[in-house]
Amino acid sequence: MAKYSLKVNGKIFKVDVDSTTPVLWVLRDHLNLPGTKYGCGMAQCGACTIHLNGTATRSCMLTVSSVGKAEITTIEGLSEKGDHPVQKAWLEHDVAQCGYCQSGQIMSAAALLKDNPNPSDEDIENFMSGNICRCGTYLRIKEAIKLASSH
Amino acid sequence: MKNKNIQSSADFAPDSETEGRAVSRRTFLKASALSGGGLMLSFTWLSGFKSIDKMAELNLPEQWNQLNGYIQITPDNIVKIFCPNPEFGQNVMTSLPMIVAEELDVDWKNVSVEMGPHDNVKLGPQFTGGSNSVRMYWAPLRNAGASARQMLIDAAAQAWGVPAGEITTKDGVLSHPNGKSATYGEMAGAAATVAVPKEVKLKSPKDFTIVRKSKKNTEGLKIVTGQPLFGLDYRHEGMKIAMIEHPPAFGMKLKSFDAFQALKMPGITDVFSLKLYEDGFVQGGFDTRTFNDILVVVGNTTWEVMNARKKLKTTWEPISETKETVAGWRGDKKEVVVPAGLESTSAQLEKMAEYAKGTAKELRKDGDPETAFKNAAQIIERTYHAPFLAHNCMEPMNFFAHVTDENALLVGPLQAPGWVETTLSKILNLPPEKIEIQMTRMGGGFGRRAYGHYLTEAALISKKVKSPIKLIYTREDDMTYGIYRPMYTATYRAALDANKNLIGFHVKGGGIPEHPIHANRFPAGAVDNYLAEGWEIPSNITIGAFRAPRSNFNAAAEQSFLDEVAEAMGKDPFDFRLELLQRAKANPVGKNNEYDADRYAGLLELLKEKSGWGKPENSNKNRGVAAYFCHNSYAGHVVDMVLRDGEPYVEHVTSAIDCGVVVNPDAAINMVQGAVVDGIGNALYGALTHQDGAAEQSNFHNYRIIRHHEAPGAIDVHFVQNDIDPTGLGEPPFPPVFGAVANALYKATGNRKYRQPFTVETPGSQG
Repeated sequence: MAKYSLKVNGKIFKVDVDSTTPVLWVLRDHLNLPGTKYGCGMAQCGACTIHLNGTATRSCMLTVSSVGKAEITTIEGLSEKGDHPVQKAWLEHDVAQCGYCQSGQIMSAAALLKDNPNPSDEDIENFMSGNICRCGTYLRIKEAIKLASSH
Repeated sequence: MKNKNIQSSADFAPDSETEGRAVSRRTFLKASALSGGGLMLSFTWLSGFKSIDKMAELNLPEQWNQLNGYIQITPDNIVKIFCPNPEFGQNVMTSLPMIVAEELDVDWKNVSVEMGPHDNVKLGPQFTGGSNSVRMYWAPLRNAGASARQMLIDAAAQAWGVPAGEITTKDGVLSHPNGKSATYGEMAGAAATVAVPKEVKLKSPKDFTIVRKSKKNTEGLKIVTGQPLFGLDYRHEGMKIAMIEHPPAFGMKLKSFDAFQALKMPGITDVFSLKLYEDGFVQGGFDTRTFNDILVVVGNTTWEVMNARKKLKTTWEPISETKETVAGWRGDKKEVVVPAGLESTSAQLEKMAEYAKGTAKELRKDGDPETAFKNAAQIIERTYHAPFLAHNCMEPMNFFAHVTDENALLVGPLQAPGWVETTLSKILNLPPEKIEIQMTRMGGGFGRRAYGHYLTEAALISKKVKSPIKLIYTREDDMTYGIYRPMYTATYRAALDANKNLIGFHVKGGGIPEHPIHANRFPAGAVDNYLAEGWEIPSNITIGAFRAPRSNFNAAAEQSFLDEVAEAMGKDPFDFRLELLQRAKANPVGKNNEYDADRYAGLLELLKEKSGWGKPENSNKNRGVAAYFCHNSYAGHVVDMVLRDGEPYVEHVTSAIDCGVVVNPDAAINMVQGAVVDGIGNALYGALTHQDGAAEQSNFHNYRIIRHHEAPGAIDVHFVQNDIDPTGLGEPPFPPVFGAVANALYKATGNRKYRQPFTVETPGSQG
């Protein structure tokens, strides 16, 4: 066990955990931030996507010891009132079915648009292909990203 | 057959009352005042379930015959509607309250929706599956809304001293021509004291203002902000985390274990084995579980438990053949043989080929198929195969349990709390009223969460460690010890006379461990000489419902076959199907044909028109069509396919559905689009194979799931417009995707595919 100081959604949290603990489980089990989802544990599905210094990162394979001073943003911290352009676009297109993967989809989409404000269809497909949606909402996700991009 | 298919439960869904008809058979209705003022209505909806006798025949729990629900109206005019059914993405937390709000005549903006408690007495069957939610609750929820509205009117009539018939309602406001008006909230307290109406009149569909108008997901904001909606998100004071270490293969069981190292790992509190069902336990139809002797690790946090599992020293041994007693729906009991052995996909395929040559059970016979085939000028025979499929819900199986000597609290994702409650009561030796099951939103279900064994596991673990625990399956646990869509095969034969008329049709289907055949579905009823047969091979690999099980294989096989027969006859695939349906409509062959030939044909006509089938501008496209009837609905697709770097890619899909009244159109379109994406993914890539009893796929790196770049560019969805009471929508659009993909793939490549998945090489998928 070791002590770590993490900056999550603008606040400093101190945790005492094994150095190999993935950030996913630190967020979920220790910091009570369950918006970041467990889907596969091997960075294959994207449900656990967070921003690490603004970059979309799979938190299930990111060990707590490797974070250092990097800033973590989770779905809970993406906006104060759920009004990030991506979240608003998701609501406008009523994207979700079961909704489980959507935190990860939204975090990926927000990171994509930050670096590439006007992505092509191909850009969206390439960037988002790491995020699985078992309900098959991919078409609406693409429409929502385009809507968010236009704002 | 090891498990009763969830799909069969569609058969007991009651018919709904028709619109505009007075409902007079209500037996119980209770009104009471809310503590802060206002009205709470509690209904018994028995009368709304017209075919309740059918349910009774099926030996369902007796309390299902007393079906109630809740509407609450507060003095400040907020209408709270409890959703009876658990939500797994089919949008019931929006669509079911819409039905209540429609007849209640309130402003949708003033409606707040909450998931109801598990209470089959007050809230009805509370079962999500079999595409039944809207179908089953349509009449009861309309009656609930209409009755509440009538009581508010009666209360206003008394208060104002005017005849009730002169009072009108709109958007939650009561009005009289003399200028009096009041909100529902203002009149709610008085309404709680008026007599319950004996009859209510339901709206005519032409007067709907909420139903048929798209409404946004009532949980949308919670979803996009990551609120803790799901079972895996649930927290409870003092809660520990539990996981199960399962045998490395089907056909194995725990012999012994050494927990010394695992118990030394940080945060680990308990390691033990336990038996799920005692010897002689009579299983309900949905008590299926993969392994009965489970090895459990309990600790403080998820990561600690995951790590400790790696330190377990375990010895496994082969199982012997066992017999299990499973209760049927009709109170019958049957003995199911679970064979010993370590099964492999290649050996299973060989065994299936042998069985396919043997005798089978006759399921339906019309005319004289033997003679028809003997006299045929041409016989077309094709055999189709499909593998086991894993559900792969994005949220792996999990459940919270806190069991004490006095009571039990269980919280998490499941489709049918009523079914597992009986089992829990027996196993925990607690009366049902001491067992509280709270339903969270489910991160997918697809039939998997109809099997509540993971509640039973969680409950027994909690009881053993005397602590609240959350049982979590890892992705690997979820995928490698699943309750899979069975492995299927079917051989189709068509007899053509010298003039290329279809004179005989024969399907012989089999599966591990159940056959897929629906003998009374199209083209039964359309061919004079028809034979359907089925055979089954027992297995120790567990199977269950999967988004229209059986149908999703049949639609692939039958619709591919019909495409090939049409081609051999020199007919357009639409025209061929429509001719058969014309025959089935004008002069149906045999009895018990499940489908309505007229609606089936109407669906095809709409699909043909909307897809521009046969139009010159589409002549260069690689198009495939398929349609299918299941869960009382009709669905079809036209798929346009191209080859992209040699891999099939679906560019565009036109979909048509006849599911009667569409309650929430935009959400319905979303679900159809999702079914199309899911169908394409499973048809092209889906497979769960075994080697010596062990699943060969364990996570998303080797079980291929359709991804963003593989989803179609566009999916246009069209509904047949009619006023028929709603039928199923979650499952019906899924099966025909497989057939349409297969037929488009033939156009794109020139080769017919008979083995799923069509593009991923697994044992048996070549050819």
